Amino acid sequence: MIDFSAVSLVPLVVLLPLIGAAVALILPRHPRAQQLITSGVLIAVVALGGIMMVIVDQHGTLVMEVGGWAAPFGIALVVDRLSALMVLVSAVVLLGVLLFSIGQGLADDDDETPVSIYYPTYLVLGAGVFNAFIAGDLFNLYVGFEILLVASYVLITLGGTGPRIRAGVTYVVVSLVSSILFLASIGLIYGATGTVNMAQLSLRIAELNPDIQLMLNLTLLVAFGIKAAIFPLAFWLPDSYPTAPAPVTAVFAGLLTKVGVYAIIRSQTLLFPESSVDKFLMVIAALTLIVGILGAVAQLDIKRLLSFTLISHIGYMIFGIAMGTELGFSATIFYIAHHIIVQTTLFLAVGLIERHGGSTSLASLGGILKAAPIIAVLFFIPMLNLGGIPPFSGFIGKLGLFEAAADLASPGAYWLMGIGALVSLLTLYALARAWTLAFWRRKEEIAEPEGQLWQTLQDAPDAEPLRERKEIPRSMFVATGGMVTVSLLLTFFAGPLYEYATRAGETLEQPARLVEQVLGSQPGPAGGSGDTGQDEAPEREGSAG
Amino acid sequence: MPLVLVIAMAVMYACGIYLLLDRSLTRVLLGFLLVGNATNLLIFLMSGPFGESPISREGATAQDMSDPLPQAFILTAIVITFGVSAFFLALIYRSWRLANADTVEDSPQDDEEETAVLLGTEEITDEDVADSSDFDEHDEDAHERDGVARRPEDGSAR
Repeated sequence: MIDFSAVSLVPLVVLLPLIGAAVALILPRHPRAQQLITSGVLIAVVALGGIMMVIVDQHGTLVMEVGGWAAPFGIALVVDRLSALMVLVSAVVLLGVLLFSIGQGLADDDDETPVSIYYPTYLVLGAGVFNAFIAGDLFNLYVGFEILLVASYVLITLGGTGPRIRAGVTYVVVSLVSSILFLASIGLIYGATGTVNMAQLSLRIAELNPDIQLMLNLTLLVAFGIKAAIFPLAFWLPDSYPTAPAPVTAVFAGLLTKVGVYAIIRSQTLLFPESSVDKFLMVIAALTLIVGILGAVAQLDIKRLLSFTLISHIGYMIFGIAMGTELGFSATIFYIAHHIIVQTTLFLAVGLIERHGGSTSLASLGGILKAAPIIAVLFFIPMLNLGGIPPFSGFIGKLGLFEAAADLASPGAYWLMGIGALVSLLTLYALARAWTLAFWRRKEEIAEPEGQLWQTLQDAPDAEPLRERKEIPRSMFVATGGMVTVSLLLTFFAGPLYEYATRAGETLEQPARLVEQVLGSQPGPAGGSGDTGQDEAPEREGSAG
Repeated sequence: MPLVLVIAMAVMYACGIYLLLDRSLTRVLLGFLLVGNATNLLIFLMSGPFGESPISREGATAQDMSDPLPQAFILTAIVITFGVSAFFLALIYRSWRLANADTVEDSPQDDEEETAVLLGTEEITDEDVADSSDFDEHDEDAHERDGVARRPEDGSAR
């Protein structure tokens, strides 16, 4: 059985970053201290995430009732296998990007430099992401989303330059609309069921009229879809992400969309397991895959190119969710972990390219392989990984998805399998072209580009002329190299991780189990008399906070 | 009474969405406030029939009371809306300082396409070029101001 303290670890995941942010905020004149606090907090959360992952995997879901109020009435924090994995992976990514931005901040002193508000905001962003992952009720999920969104508004307009304000306005307005939709659907769900506790919702929504269920499901799906950037709702992403500072873009691309995907997984498995939107989701997944990658193929700017591949690869995750089988969810979970890390790493590598070459436009980059072979290696490995070349984790994730599709054996699944394979090739095509132009092309060839290719490609709308090239401090290489190593570890330890993802997928496919663990076998304050036979009975504890 | 609230909610949603679609950022903000408050009304309407204040005392039964939970949601939502509005106002101010306009900017790409469509040509007019350089100047001015404002802080940090 779990010892007493295991459950009290859960709220620390959110509390530590918030306290750290407060402390960092009162030390605006001591960037060194801010950096120490921020990295210390994130290291602690990485450790917490790892510990929770082990505990949850061995002893079952952790349920924390905040303030000691029993689950349907109080706020429950729930950590199951999926949440624990997401907390760990996002903490690792936040830490890696933090080290990168510290390196960047120490090296130069201009408008790209993190200002004193950067570190506290960064920690608040982390708190929001972690809160969304451990939320056990819908309203807490909304609060988590709001925390991370408000922090992201600040980060995306950091420095307040013209292009960033313009991009920020689009981003803020679109996010506001999605938040309002989410809030309105929470209101509707509460009106229909009288609760917002996700475990209790899963019982009560099943009793509703199917048409009402469908409507509630679709409003939530639109709200989450905007955040996850699935096809018709993804237009805002390539216009807003690339203008932010390189580390901010990296962490947004890796984490924020995945929080949306996580929310979709939760709503599809726990709230609407009997839903009839699976076919619809398959169509959406196919469109996201195709439209996203075609956008990427047409780009000349590497950051925009990667933003479009990001949208496209969200399609793989929606594909896994749409299948709605255990295998599908397991593959999706593995794919999310892989994609968070690889996408972030690629954006960090592009940050290095930008400093080295003074631009991210392929029109003015060249000869990097000769000039800076380290950057070449740091870009090449995640590039192959994202494209799904064996033996990297991208290949394993896609293989898992295709296996699940073959197991489902419906026409839609086979179509998606084909589209998925095609998109994987097109990803490789788009990235390989970036590689050829930026790394293999000789510097002398930049001046006079030949061929029809250039007329068909689009540069970033607000492309700046060449900026000054900057020295790359060693710590930025170390941070990017560290992230590449993490992505390689994901490949080396793909076996155990995939097994873990499989068990997480099983948990997702048995919402009844989670409901029992959160609410106790009989709803009511007494709880647990019936679950003595359960070997995975959750540890419950109220905190006096 | 609920009917009045429903109508108020519908009108607020309609006006709010109309304003959200406007180009002027100030109107977008007002639209956001209206839509946000309409959503608060929606949550309030979802709380069921109105009753006594939900305070536990002698002889009070749960059936007679209003549902307190949606009111807690609304309070939280109001606080969040307040914070976001404050940020949005700062954004509007910054945008106004940079470009002397509080409208949603076209991306330069859109500008080109639009002029091309309007003029029936593929060329960019001189006016456009002048406009964008104007914008850059303001941008740089703002940079300088910021640089001056920030420098003492950085200096003391070292």
